[in-house]
Amino acid sequence: MPDVRSLVRHQLMWPLLALVVLLLVNVVATPSFFSVRMQDGHLYGSLIDILRNGAPVLLVALGMTLVIATRGIDLSVGAIAAIAGAVACTSIAGSSQESATGTAIVAMSMALAVCVLLGLWNGFLVSVLGIQPIIATLVLMTAGRGLAMLVTDGQITTVNNPAFRRLGAGFVATLPVAIIVALAVLGITAVLTRRTALGMLIEAVGINPEAARLAGVRSRTIIWTVYVFAAFCAGIAGLMIASNTSAADANNAGLFIELDAILAVVIGGTSLAGGRFSLTGTLVGALFIQTLATTIPTIGIPAETNYLFKAVAVIVVCLLQSPQARAALSVTRRLSATPVKAGVA
Amino acid sequence: MQTTVETDPSPSGVGQPAPVVQMTGISIGFPGVKALDGVDLRLLPGEIHAVMGENGAGKSTLIKALTGVYSIDAGTITVDGTPHSFSGPFESQAAGISTVYQEVNLCTNLTVAENMMLGREPHRLGRIDTRRMNRRAGEVLDRLGLDIDARSQLGDHPIAIQQLVAIARAVDIDARVLILDEPTSSLDVDEVRRLFDVMRTLRAGGVAILFVSHFLDQVFEISDRMTVLRNGRLVGEHLTADMTQLSLVQEMIGRELEVLDRLDRAPADPAAPDPAPLMKVLGLGRKGSLEATDLTLHDGEVVGIAGLLGSGRTELARLIYGADSADGGEVEMHAGRVRLKGPRAAIDHKIAFSSEDRRAEGIIGDLSIADNMILAMQASRGWLRPVPQRTKDALVAKYIGALDIRPANPQALMKNLSGGNQQKVLLARWLITEPELLILDEPTRGIDIGAKAQIQQLVAELARDGMSVVFISAELEEVLRLSDRVVVMRDRRKIAERDNVDLEVADILQIIAGEAVSPDQDAHPVPHAEEAPRA
Repeated sequence: MPDVRSLVRHQLMWPLLALVVLLLVNVVATPSFFSVRMQDGHLYGSLIDILRNGAPVLLVALGMTLVIATRGIDLSVGAIAAIAGAVACTSIAGSSQESATGTAIVAMSMALAVCVLLGLWNGFLVSVLGIQPIIATLVLMTAGRGLAMLVTDGQITTVNNPAFRRLGAGFVATLPVAIIVALAVLGITAVLTRRTALGMLIEAVGINPEAARLAGVRSRTIIWTVYVFAAFCAGIAGLMIASNTSAADANNAGLFIELDAILAVVIGGTSLAGGRFSLTGTLVGALFIQTLATTIPTIGIPAETNYLFKAVAVIVVCLLQSPQARAALSVTRRLSATPVKAGVA
Repeated sequence: MQTTVETDPSPSGVGQPAPVVQMTGISIGFPGVKALDGVDLRLLPGEIHAVMGENGAGKSTLIKALTGVYSIDAGTITVDGTPHSFSGPFESQAAGISTVYQEVNLCTNLTVAENMMLGREPHRLGRIDTRRMNRRAGEVLDRLGLDIDARSQLGDHPIAIQQLVAIARAVDIDARVLILDEPTSSLDVDEVRRLFDVMRTLRAGGVAILFVSHFLDQVFEISDRMTVLRNGRLVGEHLTADMTQLSLVQEMIGRELEVLDRLDRAPADPAAPDPAPLMKVLGLGRKGSLEATDLTLHDGEVVGIAGLLGSGRTELARLIYGADSADGGEVEMHAGRVRLKGPRAAIDHKIAFSSEDRRAEGIIGDLSIADNMILAMQASRGWLRPVPQRTKDALVAKYIGALDIRPANPQALMKNLSGGNQQKVLLARWLITEPELLILDEPTRGIDIGAKAQIQQLVAELARDGMSVVFISAELEEVLRLSDRVVVMRDRRKIAERDNVDLEVADILQIIAGEAVSPDQDAHPVPHAEEAPRA
């Protein structure tokens, strides 16, 4: 009995339930939904698609989780993703050995280095200059796509490099590379935050910045670090998107991905007010969003209405997490429990 | 009801008026805890009734039952003889029960009158009649003997005045029962007197006042009757005149309280030669918060800082620690010049500082006891070198035991602890860093007497073991009980320094007051400098 209770109270309960419901809807609509088949040594199927297509959102959301935990927000991740793709593709296209593996590695490293610089910029604005995060990152959100356009000369740069293409579209040991990379980053983030003291210090800064400062926490460094990390994650996501199509589209790559990432974080139970964060929650949130995007066309609803359903789903999940809604629920529970209590008293 | 009001402002048992509020057999339980167990409380019109008890005794729960914040599991509440079951604060307010909380819940960006009339503004031609509103607010303020301009902006007034405005607002909603929850905890002596004047005026008008305070002196000064709670149970209801402070404290904690008296500090050996100081502060100051101040601190010595709120006692501590940056002066430690640019630098020099504002500057509410304890140590190690789990467990277990922290569960969330236990966790946070200098700003404010005694004891022990302690408290008795040396502050500067030999509270008061009569000083000692921006 107490186990059921703690399960109901667990913060992941509702997002997980929503995800399960969504998956069931899919099974009803397409009975073959859960089937995964092996073809040429690669796994295929709807579930694999969801994981692979959801990888960029998951990556961006991981960085966003840490930023939000410090009471911040990063709106520029979509633009940073576009810049990463633009830098990588332009570098590959301009190389004398366009299809060499070395070229791809250099290009991707360069792109990620640029992303780290952009993260340093965001972190500088927020932690040193003390600009509100939403405004500070708005700068790069708007300017970033312009930067990407400058890099690509306003063209959609296509490349032909097998090594680069593997990141978004390739397989390693039956699994898509994108899934492996995203899960690896999830694992690294988990280790980085929970095996070191970073997670606890991030939460301390997010919950009570002044108390953390007086306890000697270098909140400036912590905040700076999370913005750099968020930009780095966005960079990997951008490379993945560009790799999947072998092209850099400065205008559309990673468009609105920051909103999806924020949704994933919130659905996963991390409060926008900062403080305690849950990486597992973010994983569930990202999967939920991607599953929803897959479900809409599957059950015969025009894909254009995706946003509407996303909004409805978000409202429902957030309601279930809101203290007021929970209090309303627990009042009914409490009323039914009253006779028992009175008996004890 | 009204007829009985003027008969006797301090009801004495004979010819008592019928109670305005009668709570009988109130029980409230939370998961795993019985917060209140069959408690009775009655409030008579025209009396000030104190509810006393340690933290966790059930005072707040009882108040919240009366104000409708909590629903009761058992028992009855009658107001004017009519049974009520409040399911929300509005219903309680409608029954004539008003509450003023410790934190003022008003809008600082509105005027005094707007705040008092909020939601009940007089209208004229569909618009707010500002003139009438100001006049009405002014009348209420006059009636309470308060000289406050109703048109001034609330935020321009110090907290004390804001609190009085909150009371004025509560009274104007035709309250017959007024609940004051720790109203004096951030007020200085003068302000408390003003508050008490207002309370007496209201009492004479027949209002029943429920008063909760940790300051025993104040309770004995103002209250007519008291109800004592312990561990969620009613211990007794007494006329204040029948009680002494000792008998009250005994009822509150349920055992003979000798701790406070037994705590005699071994006085500093006067024959010992003046050892090399741990820290020497020369001309430390900051514009607008502290004039240039000198201070010398030795190992194994407790230096008490006495002074009224806003006298600069907190500012001095914050400057030493580097919580605020000084704009003049220097600090030497172990005879070497140090620059304390911020908390981190101070911690690296083995200085610890526990802020007076536990909630805003101390606790990390959503983290566990264990994380809160380890925070300062972890911060100075950097995030890459986490404190090993075993070390962490051992330290946390050690301090939970040594400081008697409850609940003794390291994973309990800090925000769910009582004030006294939170304070102990914060002390543990600093003791874990093994400081040479420990600065405690109001470490016993707002916590129960048992925890207070434990903390005082701890301070004495730490000093005996060689730690240098700076002890700041508004309670002069406490400062005198613990300190080897007392620094007296006033108007943002140090005005005296005395060895604590045969020093009495009256002496300190005289030092503070002695300055007050000098003609060039403002009569009001710049109250609430502590509310000024610090960053």
